[in-house]
Amino acid sequence: MDKFRMIFQFFQSNQESFMNGICGIMALASTQMYSAFDFNCPCLPHYNLAYGLGILLVPPFILFLLGFVLNNNISMLAEEWRRPQGQRGKDPAVLRYMFCSMAQRAMIAPAVWVSVTLLDGKCITCAFSTSVPVETLGNASRPHLSQGEIQQVLARIPCRDIYNRQQLIANEVAVRYLRCISQALGWCFVLLMTTLAFLVRSLRPCFSQAAFLKSRYWSHYIDIERKLFDETCAEHARSFAKVCIQQFFEGMSTDLVAARCHLPRKAPADAGEAAEKLLGITDQGTMNMALKSWHRCKPALHLHPPALPTGNGWAGEGQPPMHPSAPRRETAAYYSWV
Amino acid sequence: MDRFRMIFQYFQSNSESVMNGICGLLALASVKMYTSFDFSCPCLPQYNMAYGLGIMFVPPIILFLCGLILNRQSLVMLEEWRRPQGRRKKDLAVIRYMCSSIMQRAMVAPVVWIVVTLLDGKCLICAFSGSMDPEKFVGFANVSTARVQQLLAKVPCKDDELLRNNTSRKAVSRYLHCWSQALGWSILLILIIAAFLARWLRPCFNQATLLQARHWSNYIDIEQKIFEETCCEHSRLFAHKCILHFFESMRQEIKLHSFTLPGEGEGTEGEEDFLWGITDQDQVNKLLKTWYYEKPPLDVS
Repeated sequence: MDKFRMIFQFFQSNQESFMNGICGIMALASTQMYSAFDFNCPCLPHYNLAYGLGILLVPPFILFLLGFVLNNNISMLAEEWRRPQGQRGKDPAVLRYMFCSMAQRAMIAPAVWVSVTLLDGKCITCAFSTSVPVETLGNASRPHLSQGEIQQVLARIPCRDIYNRQQLIANEVAVRYLRCISQALGWCFVLLMTTLAFLVRSLRPCFSQAAFLKSRYWSHYIDIERKLFDETCAEHARSFAKVCIQQFFEGMSTDLVAARCHLPRKAPADAGEAAEKLLGITDQGTMNMALKSWHRCKPALHLHPPALPTGNGWAGEGQPPMHPSAPRRETAAYYSWV
Repeated sequence: MDRFRMIFQYFQSNSESVMNGICGLLALASVKMYTSFDFSCPCLPQYNMAYGLGIMFVPPIILFLCGLILNRQSLVMLEEWRRPQGRRKKDLAVIRYMCSSIMQRAMVAPVVWIVVTLLDGKCLICAFSGSMDPEKFVGFANVSTARVQQLLAKVPCKDDELLRNNTSRKAVSRYLHCWSQALGWSILLILIIAAFLARWLRPCFNQATLLQARHWSNYIDIEQKIFEETCCEHSRLFAHKCILHFFESMRQEIKLHSFTLPGEGEGTEGEEDFLWGITDQDQVNKLLKTWYYEKPPLDVS
């Protein structure tokens, strides 16, 4: 009992720390993904914006969905949400609590991606290079170009090693300007996220502590109940399988005895246990037949008391099982061959 | 009993050491963040000050809030502050003690960031290069006002084509760097002296109150942990009973419907317990379907 309790407590605390661990790993993975990703700005007027904003916004969305997929509790939430009411009422507060805690954890990796992207600056530099204020920052002696040509020249700013220097605006000035804006946005974003997290965490005890305790208890309860039910079903399945297989072997040996029309040999008294374990199958031919029968026609998923020979008609090969259900018996005696 | 005591002591020491550990990790994280952050001053007249001071002060706020969020005791303190009085009086000294210990720990990472920023110097050079007096530096002395603002703003950017290898630029940069480092070291010295005095002089004032406050703040922390543990234990037992009742009611139903007499007791104990009288594929399917469609009520009386 003590061991059970310790294991359960470990699991209980472990589930939360396991989830936090996955959360942290995903945040690290998103940083690693960003640094491994080879950013290639297209340097063409309309493509820059699409590419830059795409890299800024699409991977966070993917990471958010991945955060939900990797979370084991999502199936628990879905099950609790969709189950028929039956004899047990449904509490929407519990569902909300479960969804909120999952969403909070799933938001961390996308927020890390967006922060790292903004603080690095490449995406914003690529996306908004055509919006640099040339009038204020441009060279004093810049040539007069049409609007389209200006756009083209500005779009090439992120690719300094490909295109030659242009006279419109100093490359470093434009890049520094865009980078400064990108980093300012990045820090503001991080500040906003942190403030939100702080507010969510600190306002809760002020307003709805009792409801929170209730929701937390019942969401843990649902989780534990599901695990215990799975365990109990596994135990049942084990016992079911054991009895089923024992009955199969007994059926086999009974059929063989009936088919060969000789009395079962009396086992010597002192070899009782070993003889019992052999289940009446004592030679190669019989064993082979048993194995073949196991493969060709597995027994029905129906346990029956093995008190009398049932004459199932499984002796010999290739005969299909004939009984749809076992005859009812008055006594139910299960051997336990442990 | 021994095991209980060991667990208690573990919890007691663990809370403090966990908090100190988090504090240290945040401080290291702030240094790492600073070194990996790519500081690039915009070198434009109006933007320099905002950027430089922003980089110096916004991350410390973020680190401070992180320090509060990651500290479990802040939640405990808030709950204790906001709880209805009920039958237990609230002791403000305990809440104040918890608040001050949380704040002290949360302040470490921001202070580390500010000190590292000042000792490195880039932020201050970026923020205040435009506020220098151009008369002090030969290269900027006889330049028109508008132009001098632009040039001063470009001082932090070493590679800018206008000021590359300009000795006046290096002079301004060095001057600001020196001020920045002096400020950084002074702040560090003042803070360490303050911490030293606070720790040394504390036993001279209100030691008894302090001991009481510390004891009761530990107590509140441990009480909450044990409450959560007991709730977990209770929900496990509740779930166990609930499932046992469910299987038992299934067994009753099957007995009722299949008109068999109950089996004799001998030799059935071992397997029967786990089989619950469910010995058929259809019965198992029915059990699983009932579990989904009609979960048992939350009542194990």
